[in-house]
Amino acid sequence: MERGAKEKNHLLYKPYSLNGIIAKEPTSLEEELKEIRRNGSSQDLDGSASTTTGPSPSSSEFEMSDTFYFCRRGIESIVDDEVTKRFTAEELESWNLLTRSNYNFNHISTRLTVLWGLGVVIRYGFLLPLRLTLAITGVSLLVVFTTMIGFLPNGRVKNFLSEKVHLMCYRICVRGLTAIITYHHSENKPKNGGICVANHTSPIDTIILASDGCYAMVGQIHGGLMGLIQKSMVKACPHIWFERSEVKDRHLVARRLSDHVKDKSKLPILIFPEGTCINNTSVMMFKKGSFEIGSTVYPVAIKYDPRFGDAFWNSSKFGMVNYLLRMMSSWAIVCSVWYLPPMSRQEGEDAVQFANRVKAAIARQGGLVDLLWDGGLKRGKVKDTFKEEQQKLYSKILVGTQEDRSRS
Amino acid sequence: MGSRASSLLREEDIDEIKKETGFSHSQITRLYSRFHSLDKGENGALSREDFQRIPELAINPLGDRIINAFFPEGEDQVNFRGFMRTLAHFRPVEDNEKNKDMISGEPLNSRTNKLHFAFQLYDLDRDDKISRDELLQVLRMMVGVNISDEQLGSIADRTIQEADTNGDMCISFSEFTKVLEKVDVEQKMSIRFLH
Repeated sequence: MERGAKEKNHLLYKPYSLNGIIAKEPTSLEEELKEIRRNGSSQDLDGSASTTTGPSPSSSEFEMSDTFYFCRRGIESIVDDEVTKRFTAEELESWNLLTRSNYNFNHISTRLTVLWGLGVVIRYGFLLPLRLTLAITGVSLLVVFTTMIGFLPNGRVKNFLSEKVHLMCYRICVRGLTAIITYHHSENKPKNGGICVANHTSPIDTIILASDGCYAMVGQIHGGLMGLIQKSMVKACPHIWFERSEVKDRHLVARRLSDHVKDKSKLPILIFPEGTCINNTSVMMFKKGSFEIGSTVYPVAIKYDPRFGDAFWNSSKFGMVNYLLRMMSSWAIVCSVWYLPPMSRQEGEDAVQFANRVKAAIARQGGLVDLLWDGGLKRGKVKDTFKEEQQKLYSKILVGTQEDRSRS
Repeated sequence: MGSRASSLLREEDIDEIKKETGFSHSQITRLYSRFHSLDKGENGALSREDFQRIPELAINPLGDRIINAFFPEGEDQVNFRGFMRTLAHFRPVEDNEKNKDMISGEPLNSRTNKLHFAFQLYDLDRDDKISRDELLQVLRMMVGVNISDEQLGSIADRTIQEADTNGDMCISFSEFTKVLEKVDVEQKMSIRFLH
């Protein structure tokens, strides 16, 4: 199965274009309004009986049919919009024998049910216990060894050992998930003093990247088991963990990041600028914080193959433990990692433009849809400024004509 | 072992919706799946908040009016039948309408019914006429803060003046239809549903 997946990897990543429910017309507000009014008034000019003063088609004033454009766009977005579907697992074209991916498929045949039953037995009876053992081994080794290394004095030996230990433990964890990873372009791997950015689909992303190279992680300190792992990791090599209260302070965050980056002996920082997990069909807005720091950025694109197991963590539906169990009871986690050539901010480019440029490169490589929407929309409301932009645009069309009127 | 979403939609329901709205079987199941994904509370009905969670709709200047069109008078929940009935207005008009055996006599996506949908966007209090005040409110939604009250007022006055034929300073549905008689309503108020 592993070899088969590896061979197929190279053909897999065309974007999954499941048949949409509707075909959207990509016209703009101005084009539409011009069209409606041209149709409405050109026949007016042909006929002689016209009660109005016959406004010219291009500079019309308010027409009651202006609402049609907004109306249609609104209904189109109710039927199919670009954002809400990014926060639930991707729909598959054909079923992969996992109940969790079974959205619209009815009971098809008894044979399929039998196959599914067999799959359940294999996955839960055989694969899951095996993987759990591996995972627990991996994590415990990580905690124990990093604590031990923490006692050594800082120096080359410590760094060397820390690297070896981290890599080994992450690789065990990777086996524990049966993650089959193909790394492309390893010559572009992030170097010290740089920042590695990647699209975010699940917490597993970290393990996948870290099993191929050493990074300094960034994140919030959690309690419990996670916290224990974090504290022991930091003993072996510097990671950047924040207290919950410090997370809100953007300047503090930026300062710690840039301090770390300036020290060339420290490992490259791993950051997920989307800020939240997206379902791996698209890349959403990158938060500009990491792009303001001014060091080299190493973009990485991660694309999972959903046929073997869905890696997306829907945090509103599943907690972490539930999620890990689901991961370990899938067939496998198959993914591709592309290391893209390093990018730096160019002259005259601000942080937001730089972030968008990096995002576009990652989306292009991974075959993902490049969206401008903020991943924060998963939980929060959209800002009013977008609505105001549309209102402004429409007002310009109306008011622009008033000026013409006063001129004639 | 059936699927989760469509097992709640029975074949009889699908047939009834097909007769009422003219959507095909596969379109109905796809739209049911969409309905289900919007229904965060999983109670078989959508509330206004469920609609407002769609960012592209939330930034639409007429978003609230469109959402309102789904909810019958005084109700806060819309079930799948109601959802489909409203969406049916936006089906493209075909030449050979097979489902002419409607109670009302006209398919939901006829020109008249499409116009009626648009009329209801303006008619805030559902009294079958558009008053100056209602027109002003809808205009204000579309332009935001970018146009002054006076200018907006004169636009509203001019519009009513041009449309109002019986002198009651309001626009009735027939006056509305007359104003828009040359507009290609069938095309502008239709969405291309794929099979």
